[in-house]
Amino acid sequence: MSAAEERLESTLEGEHRELDSVVIRFAGDSGDGMQLTGGQFTESTALSGNDLATFPDFPAEIRAPTGTTFGVSAFQINFASHEVSTAGDELDVLVAMNPAALKTNLLDLREGGVLVIDSGAFGARNLKKAGYASNPLEDGSLSGFHVVQIDVQKRVLEAVEPYGLGHKNALRCKNMWVLGLIMWLYGRDRAPTVAGIQEKFADRPEIRDANLAALNAGHTYAESAELAEALPAVSVPRASVEPGLYRNVTGTEAMAWGIVAASVLSGLEVLFASYPITPASSLLHTLAGLKQFDVTTFQAEDEIAAACAAIGAAYAGSLGVTSSAGPGIALKGEAISLACAVELPLVVINTQRGGPSTGLPTKTEQSDLYQAVFGRHADTPLVVLAPSTPSDCFEVAVEAARIATRHMTPVMVLSDGYLANAAEPWRIPDTAVMERFAPRFAAEPEGFHPFARDPDTLARVWAKPGTPGLEHRIGGLEKSFVSSNISYDPANHQRMTEVRNEKIARVARDIPAQTIALGPDSGPLAVLSWGSTYGAVHQAVKRVLADRLPVAHVHLRYLWPLPSDLESLLGGFERVLIPEMNTGQLRRIVRSETLVDAKGLNKIAGQPFKITEVETAIREEIDA
Amino acid sequence: MNAPAEIDRERTVTLTPKDFASDQEVRWCPGCGDYAILKAVQKVLPTLGVPRERFVFVSGIGCSSRFPYYMSTYGFHTIHGRAPAIATGVKLANPDLDVWLITGDGDGLSIGGNHMLHVLRRNVDLQILLFNNQIYGLTKGQYSPTSRLGSGTPSTPEGSLDAPLLPCRFALGAGARFVARSIDTEIVHLSAVLTRAHAHRGASFVEIFQNCNVYNDGAFDYFTERAHAKETQLRLEHGQPMRFGRDGEKGIRFNPTTFSLEAVTPGEEGVSDDDVLVHDESNRALAGMLCAMDGPDLPVALGVIYRAPGPEYVESVRVQREQYRAKVGPADLDALLHRGHTWRVDDHLHRPGSAGSEPDR
Repeated sequence: MSAAEERLESTLEGEHRELDSVVIRFAGDSGDGMQLTGGQFTESTALSGNDLATFPDFPAEIRAPTGTTFGVSAFQINFASHEVSTAGDELDVLVAMNPAALKTNLLDLREGGVLVIDSGAFGARNLKKAGYASNPLEDGSLSGFHVVQIDVQKRVLEAVEPYGLGHKNALRCKNMWVLGLIMWLYGRDRAPTVAGIQEKFADRPEIRDANLAALNAGHTYAESAELAEALPAVSVPRASVEPGLYRNVTGTEAMAWGIVAASVLSGLEVLFASYPITPASSLLHTLAGLKQFDVTTFQAEDEIAAACAAIGAAYAGSLGVTSSAGPGIALKGEAISLACAVELPLVVINTQRGGPSTGLPTKTEQSDLYQAVFGRHADTPLVVLAPSTPSDCFEVAVEAARIATRHMTPVMVLSDGYLANAAEPWRIPDTAVMERFAPRFAAEPEGFHPFARDPDTLARVWAKPGTPGLEHRIGGLEKSFVSSNISYDPANHQRMTEVRNEKIARVARDIPAQTIALGPDSGPLAVLSWGSTYGAVHQAVKRVLADRLPVAHVHLRYLWPLPSDLESLLGGFERVLIPEMNTGQLRRIVRSETLVDAKGLNKIAGQPFKITEVETAIREEIDA
Repeated sequence: MNAPAEIDRERTVTLTPKDFASDQEVRWCPGCGDYAILKAVQKVLPTLGVPRERFVFVSGIGCSSRFPYYMSTYGFHTIHGRAPAIATGVKLANPDLDVWLITGDGDGLSIGGNHMLHVLRRNVDLQILLFNNQIYGLTKGQYSPTSRLGSGTPSTPEGSLDAPLLPCRFALGAGARFVARSIDTEIVHLSAVLTRAHAHRGASFVEIFQNCNVYNDGAFDYFTERAHAKETQLRLEHGQPMRFGRDGEKGIRFNPTTFSLEAVTPGEEGVSDDDVLVHDESNRALAGMLCAMDGPDLPVALGVIYRAPGPEYVESVRVQREQYRAKVGPADLDALLHRGHTWRVDDHLHRPGSAGSEPDR
């Protein structure tokens, strides 16, 4: 019996079965509140002690016409009694709130998986909008699944009737009804959700009470003997994790809090300057609500102005941060080059999305690596980092600020749409033990010139306007290495270009040695990953290792400069496989920098890798 | 203008124009109007009671934007058109700095038009000096957004076809609360205008007619020539009648039929002294008409055309932040990280399938 069959058996038989992991997707119309349902279920799942990972997947349209396939919004969660690092490949449970949600998500439901359907939404109109010629609930096309049909609409209307909301508002409680049902199924405590609803709708008691009634009604319905037979409750034991205090965090929250932490640890005020763009805007929103810290947010008139304002702030002695997605980063390019030329610290956060051009605004991709490393005019090297998980965004934000201020350089952080929106449990760090990195501003006029350099790092001094005796001019024109005055001297330009290059190269001395995340330190195959593919690659390597096959996982946080020991580390392996959500950008960089003839596994579908996709590629490489 | 924080009188009263000249060789063409503007600025700064280290000159790209290199203050020569955004960042980081933005008609109104619009609209406390020479000088003489229709230049050999922009009208349209005009070589007038621009809290927009003697020589001669300046210029003074002419015999009158300004001579054709408009800096509608005056019968308006103080952006940001802080209490990083639902996993529970964790709060 396969693992999948075993799981199906355990789903269908007995009273309260135990599973080691479950993947659920809530899918519905973008107005159905699936993201809220998913978020609340995630919260209660985290509190129950499971490890988890989530993947929200929503349309680019704000209010797509109801019932259409392009208006479907989904939220996926994978929770387990063991370590989880992706939102899961196949679905064990699909909740489909209408025909369009069924149509666009059914392919991902495993054979024999549980399908919870709101049959009340399967009228002729909705079926037609979703493109169904016949009703899938009646034509036998769902026979391979364990289908649970419930007229959710009808039951919600009954449950919230006493609150007099009107038909439309009453139906908006559907998501809470479903949440109640699923919470019962996995034995979740409703108390935190109840508290959340009470807080959210404190000013609108009738909405609050209707939502609570719907939640409880869904729960009660599930408890009824009839359903318990069709859909028995299951439990997933708690995961074994490091001791400590935990919370849930999305990549956006972790990034925002990392920026706040950078301010606290450096003693610098932050100017966060940004321009709205999907999927980066939520970072601006999060920081805009943290004014109690020394963080000022500035919504500029455009991407260029956002980068320039951050540079202006850096010139005046603050930590300048700007943020966007790929198209906006392209607009900031000239300003970033100015920051390279005047050697000011700057943190640039790129929440990558599918491209080129407007591309797939709400979908994920890793295709801005070239842009980060090479995407400016002239020789303008800077530092490029990438977080691997939602919680890692916290550390990477702090590290970006540390490197930017210590080495007087722009640092680009490559997050992506998946990391920004995905959530996972996070062991809250002890901020008391985190490294402080207050910069030393120049104060002594004797012998001062603005491009005087630290002999070790080659970083120039940072002199704040307002400091008596240090009045000086900087600008985009080439300056003399010796005096900092404008210089068009040929030998000086050669020297300055080389110094700017060497300054960035020396950042490699200031980063940790490259580690092997999993597996042996030499052998036939290493899988090299960067950014958000970490989770899928890690699990894939783990599965292959479990079969005692020789493979290692190496994950890069520092993409430019590359760790100086990367070449020797990769030299220990006969072959290197690089899975990326682009056409092979890291592969080409690794090839040109290390001469390692790496092979690529490239997915450009706007969706993260599935574990099995990476696993299959690894096994093929080993067999080759 | 700078916030009147405590100022070291010892160090400010002794400053002279020479203290504001840098050791760099000035590289403008001989005879360029920029020299005169540099001199006027260096003359005004020591009179403002601000220590030298608080002055910051931010510029974009173009002839005018080389300006910061020649000042012995803090200076940032940035990229084409973006100086308003950089200057906004400087002020947001440190409102105590006294920031001057140096730009030109191409830098400030073409490539940087968007930023100029928004810095004026936001009313960021800056002195914005736009050197208008109606030409691109540093790229060798192409027509600019303020060049007159039909300008023959290397890029428009048969004459330019697009209507020019009036910088002060643009500024008013963008919501500027201080709009003034002067002429490069009129050092006394220019110095007075700069002093008033500095005294205004908010974005102070000053258009300076600047002669490019290489690519657009004499573009403003028709009203700047001293010989007939009294007839071609209207020197505005708040609260004073708008008189001009060789002996001040002419005046500006509002014609309610055409809804426009016209030149009149009191005492002739039934026009009386009372018909002559009195300048009111706070009248925005009047300011718009004054900006548009440009020959052949009407003089060019100079001086402070419009001034209406209002909320300054950076100050508003600070006030809002203080109000927020008063509401939510002190900043605490740990409290932020612990906000919301947390749970504790204990040492003795650190085993698979064990009893597990408890909600912490």
